[in-house]
Amino acid sequence: MENKNSYTKPIVKPNTKKVYEPILAGSDEWPVVKLAKNRKNFIEEVIQASHSKISELTISPQALLDEVELTMYKERLRIKQNPWLVDPDDELPFWNKIRSQLIALSRAEDYDEEVVKDLLEQIVSRYANEIAGNFKPSSYRFARTVANFGFSRLLNASRLGFKSIFSNQLTMQDKIHIVGETEQMRELSKIGTVVVVPTHFSNLDSILIGWVINTMGLPPFIYGAGLNLFNIGIFAYFMNSLGAYKVDRRKKNLIYLETLKTYSRLAIKNGCHSLFFPGGTRSRSGMIESKLKLGLLGSAMEAQREIYEENGNRKIFIVPVVLNYHFVLEAPALINEHLKQEGQERYYVEKDEYSGSYKILTFLLKFFTKGSDISVSIGKGMDMLGNPVDMQGNSLDKHGKIIDTKDYFLSSGKVQKDKQREQEYTDNLGRVIVKEFHRISRVFSSHLVAYAAFSILRKKHKRLDLYSFLRLPVEELIIPYDQFRDAFFKLREELFRQYENGICDLAPHLTEDLDEVIAHGLSNVGMYHAKRPLVKNKDGDLVSEDLNLLYYYRNRLEGYDLEKII
Amino acid sequence: MRKSSEKPIGVIGAGSFGTVIANCLAENNKVLLYVRRAEQAAEINLSRKSSKQQLHDNVIITNNIQQVAEECEVIFPIIPSSNFREMMSQFGPYLHPYHILIHGTKGLDIQLPEGARLDDPDFKLTREHVRTMSEVITDESSVVRVGCLAGPNLAREMADKQPAATVIASRYNEVILQGQKLLRSDRFQVYGNQDITGVELCGVLKNIIAIASGALSGLGYGDNARALLISRGIVEMIYIGRAFGGNVEAFIGLAGVGDLVATCTSTLSRNFTVGYRLAKGESLPQIIESMEEVAEGVNTVKIITKLTTSANLRAPITENLHKVLFEDLPVESALNYLMKYPLNVDIDFL
Repeated sequence: MENKNSYTKPIVKPNTKKVYEPILAGSDEWPVVKLAKNRKNFIEEVIQASHSKISELTISPQALLDEVELTMYKERLRIKQNPWLVDPDDELPFWNKIRSQLIALSRAEDYDEEVVKDLLEQIVSRYANEIAGNFKPSSYRFARTVANFGFSRLLNASRLGFKSIFSNQLTMQDKIHIVGETEQMRELSKIGTVVVVPTHFSNLDSILIGWVINTMGLPPFIYGAGLNLFNIGIFAYFMNSLGAYKVDRRKKNLIYLETLKTYSRLAIKNGCHSLFFPGGTRSRSGMIESKLKLGLLGSAMEAQREIYEENGNRKIFIVPVVLNYHFVLEAPALINEHLKQEGQERYYVEKDEYSGSYKILTFLLKFFTKGSDISVSIGKGMDMLGNPVDMQGNSLDKHGKIIDTKDYFLSSGKVQKDKQREQEYTDNLGRVIVKEFHRISRVFSSHLVAYAAFSILRKKHKRLDLYSFLRLPVEELIIPYDQFRDAFFKLREELFRQYENGICDLAPHLTEDLDEVIAHGLSNVGMYHAKRPLVKNKDGDLVSEDLNLLYYYRNRLEGYDLEKII
Repeated sequence: MRKSSEKPIGVIGAGSFGTVIANCLAENNKVLLYVRRAEQAAEINLSRKSSKQQLHDNVIITNNIQQVAEECEVIFPIIPSSNFREMMSQFGPYLHPYHILIHGTKGLDIQLPEGARLDDPDFKLTREHVRTMSEVITDESSVVRVGCLAGPNLAREMADKQPAATVIASRYNEVILQGQKLLRSDRFQVYGNQDITGVELCGVLKNIIAIASGALSGLGYGDNARALLISRGIVEMIYIGRAFGGNVEAFIGLAGVGDLVATCTSTLSRNFTVGYRLAKGESLPQIIESMEEVAEGVNTVKIITKLTTSANLRAPITENLHKVLFEDLPVESALNYLMKYPLNVDIDFL
């Protein structure tokens, strides 16, 4: 009776043999190629638009001057305190030049507004050139072929034996499952501009998404990649060729941030499909993002309004995407950072973990030679207000009636700019995206074993605060198998119920025989970590070798109200 | 006439407050006043009188809800909460995201799951089942720019053109600005507030205390007792309000304390009247039967009592009022209970 599944809604198995025709045949038609061809003009456009935006934000010339001074000061400090490998050599000379111009300005009797504007222009121009991506169709194709070919060979050789190294029996799609609203996303990319917003767990996410977009036959998307990724050789190569523009998180000054947002806004307005990680950075805790950074979504909102203002009707569509992993390469470092941030002095980190090219390559090798599949869930497309859209891109209200997105931007019959209104719209969009993340996120066996084990241990030691709990010795971390099995069963039943009600999604493997699912989960949860979050000991009971990692993988199921079950 | 908007302004509902607002708006604008029943619309049109008030020349009566949606961009729905969802579901299909709706209804709507009953002791009522009027508007239409009107606005005094003020709450600044532009006059001040849920809850919850205040008067008690009730009442309102999504700030403003003082001291208030007549020995059905307009507080007591008991919150005034209204507890006994209630902390929420 225990193994009887109580769900009735069929669980979709991915079609791994699906071939998607490319939407635009020639690369000349790709919006990102058109943009790259006009790179110089486009950057000029970005500079002009950023310049006027910043002038608008800094109400008076004096405030603008203050902003320039502050930026110069912060930048010089950053160069001294936090230099990176990728930083260009002429940085310090450039800021020294700005500084001497500022000093000259302060000595002058009455300063010239034009000089301040010129300083701003120099800075914006530097930033815009730094941010701008350099997409080359040839290297895009090369990177794509290498990746696909290399990985397919590895996969076939490792799974089917060395003789099969040139077999095409297994493809990447057997390894990486694409599920959800793939057809709709393809349709939407023909009608309007698609902005993909994925969850962010690992540095590999951007490469994975790049592969997914390509496999789905979509033209390349542009995206902002953290400049720190360009520190790692292998990433820098991929990023540069995949249409990435650079985002430097060290630069938190207004001028930089506005230039960045302007770049993204104008690219979207030009019809470039884009990708943002709305969580900002990788999830440190392992939880699905619940609070989003709304800056770039706000730029997309502005782009939509400007399109309507200029009498266009091209729509921008938001497509949430969730990446589901059994294993996250950087998990140990991420969870340490999370605990450090949350706990401050109560928690000490012994060492930091750094992912270099070598480590990533060995991971990829393991990934293709051993188990551990990945699935990518494509969510329902929506308009900028978070309304669902149909296959034709029409926005629908709760009662299925078609609504005109333009109406949201109208006041007295005219499209009007209203910053506060758009801020509210963006907040609302963020909430809808988070909800969709939770709905399409696929629960894996590994998430559930981690959740069950952690809950049992946590309940047993509920008097300890989280930090003392996480430092418990291994002897305290043993769970009898029967107790675990019982908890796992209850949790799975609850997830079946939630699945029926459209609250979460389930991986097909979760419906197998209970002991098999548990075994599957145990063999997959954090499988390549030196210390495993959860293993079976010689008595057949479960034990955690690393409670922090168990916590990390367990957090994936935070927000589904499962606490009450155990 | 100063024209602040080319398009007419819509008002839904010709009760006493709806009529007052229509007349206020009509000072600077054309107003379309929607009346649901055709006979009543014809009658008002003929007499130019609605809820005993003379209509301003700029007010046009209509019975066609589609016309209101098509001709107006800013609309004020002011009808009892019990009819609000039904009205919105008829109105919704004609509305668009560019419409601005500012409602003036101080009640709640409940959406129970299938088979659930409010008087079932095992059923737990949660915030998800209880909708404020602004939430009903967004549920039933594609309108997002929603606001609400709340404050000490006794319709009779406003009709007599006495000085008064109100609060317009909305998450959208443009809604507040529009409302201010349309309603402000020499005798009417309009404040803005971003916390729409808080302000809506102020308007809803104060009706409970108003009934209790009427009961105190009915028993013949004076100002010490009333002051006690008002100050404990605002504390109870804040506790409940915070638990259901409002901020403290709204409650100490015009829509909170301001409106509470007005309804707790005025014999013009319907909710006050219910309490007063109860204390004088009339039964609730008798009172409701003889009233021309709905006293929202009665239904609110029912909903809030269920909500607070389901969430294990203490709300002694509301709970005792519930006993008086629906469980035949004499008003005197409820008062005795409250006087013995072991409360000794004055303020602990600031």
